[in-house]
Amino acid sequence: MKTLVWVEHDGSAVKDATLAAVTAASKLGEVHLLVAGSGVDGVAKEAAQIAGVGKVHVADNAAFGHNLPENVAPLVADLMGSHDAFVAPATTTGKNIAPRVAALLDVMQISEILSVESSKTFTRPIYAGNAIATVESSDAKLVLTVRGTAFEKAATSGGSGTVEAVSAGGDTGISSFVGAEIAKSERPELTSAKIIVSGGRALGSSEKYEEVIVPLADKLGAALGASRAAVDAGYVPNDYQVGQTGKIVAPQVYFAIGISGAIQHLAGMKDSKTIVAINKDEDAPIFQVADFGLVADLFNAVPELTGKI
Amino acid sequence: MKILVPVKRVLDYNVKPRVKSDGTGVDLANVKMSMNPFDEIGVEEAIRLKEKGVATEIIAVSVGPAKAQETLRTALAMGADRAILVQTDDAVEPLALAKIFKAIADAEQPGLVILGKQAIDDDNNQTGQMLAALTGWAQGTFASAVNVEGDSVNVTREVDGGLETVKLKLPAIVTTDLRLNEPRYASLPNIMKAKSKPLDTKSPADYGVDTAPRVKTVKVSEPPVRSAGVKVADVDELVAKLKALGVHS
Repeated sequence: MKTLVWVEHDGSAVKDATLAAVTAASKLGEVHLLVAGSGVDGVAKEAAQIAGVGKVHVADNAAFGHNLPENVAPLVADLMGSHDAFVAPATTTGKNIAPRVAALLDVMQISEILSVESSKTFTRPIYAGNAIATVESSDAKLVLTVRGTAFEKAATSGGSGTVEAVSAGGDTGISSFVGAEIAKSERPELTSAKIIVSGGRALGSSEKYEEVIVPLADKLGAALGASRAAVDAGYVPNDYQVGQTGKIVAPQVYFAIGISGAIQHLAGMKDSKTIVAINKDEDAPIFQVADFGLVADLFNAVPELTGKI
Repeated sequence: MKILVPVKRVLDYNVKPRVKSDGTGVDLANVKMSMNPFDEIGVEEAIRLKEKGVATEIIAVSVGPAKAQETLRTALAMGADRAILVQTDDAVEPLALAKIFKAIADAEQPGLVILGKQAIDDDNNQTGQMLAALTGWAQGTFASAVNVEGDSVNVTREVDGGLETVKLKLPAIVTTDLRLNEPRYASLPNIMKAKSKPLDTKSPADYGVDTAPRVKTVKVSEPPVRSAGVKVADVDELVAKLKALGVHS
């Protein structure tokens, strides 16, 4: 089987989510990559180094600069003439583009796969991860999105893919990019961080989040996260949200601070290697999944922890 | 302009799903069912656009069993003008759903179709994007703000790194994210009024759509259970545990 993997990048470097998708695709067969964007020579060269990669298709066109699905999906559908499976990381970009591709190909997409059981059979979470479905496709071509935390990352070196330019596609003219507010941060990305410190509604304000959560994250070199309640209350921006409808994470250590542990939050972090919970309510559901639980007032305990760790 | 709002009847958000012991799915017998929360946000957004004078008519559509009428009545009570039930007892996949909505869009000619970004049962997150592909319209997925200006709509999207705004030519597809709005509760007088609003019943065959599944569910199982660990007495004990794992500054 020949697979085409969507390379997620920021215009200058390959993003980690791509590497898990490459691993998933390699279980199906030959791995080809698609780098779409504007001025992406560097990304293509980097992508060609990923272990196990065959061909790297590069579509360099201003129309692909902001991943507009109206422009990108026809390009992918066109390339699928010579591939059997389109594999995208289940990022907001992948989730935006892949179903549009699937419908153009008249196939059903299989979303957020957790494992490859055979060339047609996959597992995926349903009901916010409260159940795992094993599903089998009967379509001629596969369109898959891949949950990044469920697959090892492919090595970023050792590959020797051949780079090939694709000239297909252009601007459909029905959509345009207006602007973005992307947080610039020196911190690790939430979805690839080794340690995450998350705060919940118990913090009470964005000032307290800054005062209590941020110093601990700084000390540990951790990424910052939050529960939906904290995001909805405006303590932190939306891209901090960990949970079913936010980001799915699986770091080495996850600190849940002042987070009660609603089902939808647990769905986003329960695959973390070690979970540390600090909450003053000893009956909070978070303690049912925590490896280390501390029943304490977070406003005292967290600064003390930051001082002593 | 008209706005088309697809809504799905799903297991209520607050009910914990239970996997059936024979592994064929999740038990939906005698449990509370409600409108998919993301679809509720879609209905609310359509109503707000009507209140602003942007939209003239809101049509709620559901594909599902006879009981999905209740879901449509909820949409009507919130403020939708009329409803279409495409009745079937089969589980309909996103691709077939998108084909049904495409046929309805061809007939109704809406300026916007607003869908939930995903249903909280299957978590597919596909139908809106697929409908956009089939209609050839632009898509603004995971929306946290929707502003119609003339013959286009600006959609602010929740993306992994933050927010992104795109400008789409109308007609267009929007899928809702959590922070787009807070849906209203239907008032009792509006619930009564909704009972007399028009609700058409159709079948997938009326739209010429084959709903035979492309993906077979082989089995449904419980996720691996994570067991609780230990409670530590104080911060010092926690620090010691963390240091033992190699976690320190």
